[in-house]
Amino acid sequence: MIRTLARVQALRSGRAEPLTTVLHRHLGERPMVFVPLTTAGEVGAPLGALVGTDRDSPRLLVVPQPRDRDLRFAFLAELAEVMLPHLVSGADDVDVELRKEKDPQTGARVEVQREVCRDAPQLLVPNEAGVRYVRLLGRSTRFRRTAEDDPAEPFPVPSRVPLLGRWLTHYAERALTPGSCLLLSVTGLLSRHWATGQSALEDQHLGALLAWIDPPRDGGGAVAAARVETARDERGLLYCPPAGPATDPEFDNRVLAPAVARFDAGLPGAERLVRDLVESQLRPTWELVWQGLARLRELPVGGRVAARWESDRWSYTGHRDRVLAGEPPQPRRDDAVTAAAKLVRREVEQARLDAHEALDDPLVMAERRLAGEAFAGVVESVELAYSEGRAPRPRPLVSVRTEDVPHLEPGARVFRALAGAAQEAQVVQVEPGLVVVRLTNRMGRGREPAEGSVPAPGDRLCFTSFEHDPRPAAPLPPPEETPWTHGGPPGDATPLSPDPHTAEDFL
Amino acid sequence: MIAPEREDGDPAARAASVTERILADTLHGTRRGVVVDSPPGAGKSTLVVRAARELVGAGERLMIVAQTNSQVDDLVKRLAEQDPELAVGRLHGSDSQPDPGVARLPAVTLSSSAGDLAQCPVVVATAAKWAFVQDVPVWRHAIVDEAYQMRSDALLKVAGLFERALFVGDPGQLDPFTVVGAEQWAGLSYDPSASAVVTLLAHNPGLPQHRLPVSWRLPATAAPLVSAAFYPYTPFRSGTGHGVRRLSFGVAGDGSAPDRALDIAAESGWGLLELPRRRTVRTDPEAVAAVATLVRRLLDRGGVTVSERGTGPLTAERVAVGTAHRDQAAAVRAALAERGVTGVTADTANRLQGREYDVTVVLHPLSGRSDATAFHLETGRLCVLTSRHRHACVVVSRAGVAELLDEHPSTEPVQLGVTVRFPDGWEANHAVLAHLAEHRVRYRP
Repeated sequence: MIRTLARVQALRSGRAEPLTTVLHRHLGERPMVFVPLTTAGEVGAPLGALVGTDRDSPRLLVVPQPRDRDLRFAFLAELAEVMLPHLVSGADDVDVELRKEKDPQTGARVEVQREVCRDAPQLLVPNEAGVRYVRLLGRSTRFRRTAEDDPAEPFPVPSRVPLLGRWLTHYAERALTPGSCLLLSVTGLLSRHWATGQSALEDQHLGALLAWIDPPRDGGGAVAAARVETARDERGLLYCPPAGPATDPEFDNRVLAPAVARFDAGLPGAERLVRDLVESQLRPTWELVWQGLARLRELPVGGRVAARWESDRWSYTGHRDRVLAGEPPQPRRDDAVTAAAKLVRREVEQARLDAHEALDDPLVMAERRLAGEAFAGVVESVELAYSEGRAPRPRPLVSVRTEDVPHLEPGARVFRALAGAAQEAQVVQVEPGLVVVRLTNRMGRGREPAEGSVPAPGDRLCFTSFEHDPRPAAPLPPPEETPWTHGGPPGDATPLSPDPHTAEDFL
Repeated sequence: MIAPEREDGDPAARAASVTERILADTLHGTRRGVVVDSPPGAGKSTLVVRAARELVGAGERLMIVAQTNSQVDDLVKRLAEQDPELAVGRLHGSDSQPDPGVARLPAVTLSSSAGDLAQCPVVVATAAKWAFVQDVPVWRHAIVDEAYQMRSDALLKVAGLFERALFVGDPGQLDPFTVVGAEQWAGLSYDPSASAVVTLLAHNPGLPQHRLPVSWRLPATAAPLVSAAFYPYTPFRSGTGHGVRRLSFGVAGDGSAPDRALDIAAESGWGLLELPRRRTVRTDPEAVAAVATLVRRLLDRGGVTVSERGTGPLTAERVAVGTAHRDQAAAVRAALAERGVTGVTADTANRLQGREYDVTVVLHPLSGRSDATAFHLETGRLCVLTSRHRHACVVVSRAGVAELLDEHPSTEPVQLGVTVRFPDGWEANHAVLAHLAEHRVRYRP
């Protein structure tokens, strides 16, 4: 509801409306920005990229003839040269943490020391299509053969290429986890924090999105966005090329195709020309990405962002360990247990993200309150009551005056934030304007509730009907115990063969 | 794999013969699984209870998996009704106490630990609870209830607990869902977001599959429409013929549109109260008021139901309101309370699944909308809403739903390897609308 309202308000005011009061994603100090372009008409044929961690000195990589496999893998080898040092840069700086884990022999829960990387390098792309492209690049490179794998391999690649593929695959897979921050799209970040007066689909255009967020003095966001999307120069090229990976067809047909033809003909200076052309398409997006980042960094960071970033650090560390242990690349398809585990983990993370964002940000909480999933109000009275039993525990009744209309019934569990954790209560009575709850925990061990654990009349409270830190889901069986309903254990782990060559590989 | 059914003959005899075959496959079959498709109100719970009792009678121990706590409680109560001596274990989560009605049953043992229930020949719990059960001997038999609403990953967590199982469910109801994207597994036989039965049959293609042929809930006026709209290739019929079920009112209608809609519904089994075309917010106040007015009149007019079970007054407990969204249900509850109506259930399709009432009032999922999303078009949603009643169903809707459907054909991407659900929601919606149009009353509040 609030998002719709914000969009309508943005449309009226001509300027994007904030959806949040804080930044809900982790933004590291030195993320690597990767702006890729792909070749029209051929899947996974990169045309070029700008990549780097410094706004002023990106590295330009260009494939002058994208259909040439040798040039393509030279590009990927060069990309690996630039990206891998960044991607492994966090691998050696570790903390040691104590974790409770299940002992594989005894099944008992024991404390073990685990290394976790202190920071994880981030990768930023302009838009969601860029995230998918990272996934595609990972898929196309992680099974490439090196000369060490097979001396008879006709087209060996340097070993850093499949290694890059494994990292990109991990980052792209992690990006599917809600709230994860290893690989982020700038349009995704911006549209989480601002609502524009255009559709969600149009928000995928980075230039148009920023035109709404920072509209020029002359004219509002709608005019500026339309200009960014459509204005062309005298050659018919867009002033603001698309943020990729797809290119503008006019650019392809009018200028790129002739330049590539010149390269094919072996004319002098042709490669230089293609490089300049590709850079002309990448540069504006590069600048927009940094402009968007600068805008995001103006926001204060949400209180629970660091806690969620820790899961990203564990994810990063886990992949580092798998690479170090010499495990094979990620399989083409998940087995039944892995797929189920990923789905369940993502659902838990989604619930955690939704809860954290609401707790960190009154504007997001307002959305949940409007949806009837939370209510805020002033404590009207507190009546101390006790549980039955031999050792009565405090179970105070708290009456909260509220203007919200929560969807609650007596007996429902609600939660409020108390000193960094959630205090639980049970709804006793709901009537228009008033909710009575019975606090049920976190009041200390004694007969009298601990200091500060029970609100006083006049306090402002916010209860939610969703849990603040959703519990992890039930365990799954190990893959080798996959039941008959799901096809039984996956076949004897055939070592992952590299992709077979097809006629296309020899075009 | 579905055995052909003859359309003629005594429905009770046909249903009984199918049940015999199901029980034979369950008790003496050689395959590890048996799948039973059950249309709305076809006696699924009766079958589960009967299969459980026969298995216990044959000296077996079994576990029953249901999907929600209320389904588990209902099953336990039905088991106790049929066989008060049968020792049933009700396994529950540590922070979700079972219904007090279950706790009072003498032969039922409650526990949050499966180890405590080892002596019970039947143990019932939700799939979510079973998933936490570990280190217990494997059960030889299991019954999985509402298997089409169970997600594949939930089955994966519990399938290690049993050797063989009877899977019972209604393929026409709501599919399981996930709030996060699962496209990356679309087309895999074990797609974790798919229904448990889809995964089971993909991996065990030769399993015996049966279909209950008779709906005992739906009246003769409703079964043909629900069957044609939602089960076009697996038709079923009603257990009662025309004229067996009757709904009449002690108080004559006052000529208002809601009363006329009620009269038409009493006569024909269906009614459509159509409000003027308009785009509205989800909790359309006029539509919600129309729903509440209908319910109020329904109770005020002293309805009497006549059925094969006898004659009785239409009470609030036998009336339900179905909506697509929770906020709509909340708005309806508030409107009912304003009109002094108590005891009428108002809930979403998801929560009405498996429930039965005499009369239902449905707020059409597409009423007043400006778009038709996959959620609102989902076949199962409309199927649940239009198949909960024993006597009549009145739909409240804004005009223009047919045009809305025409403007929004399904645009879901086609995924390779995914079985296409048929009919799709678009077609089913049109089929239901076309039928409702014959029972339309225009209403200008």
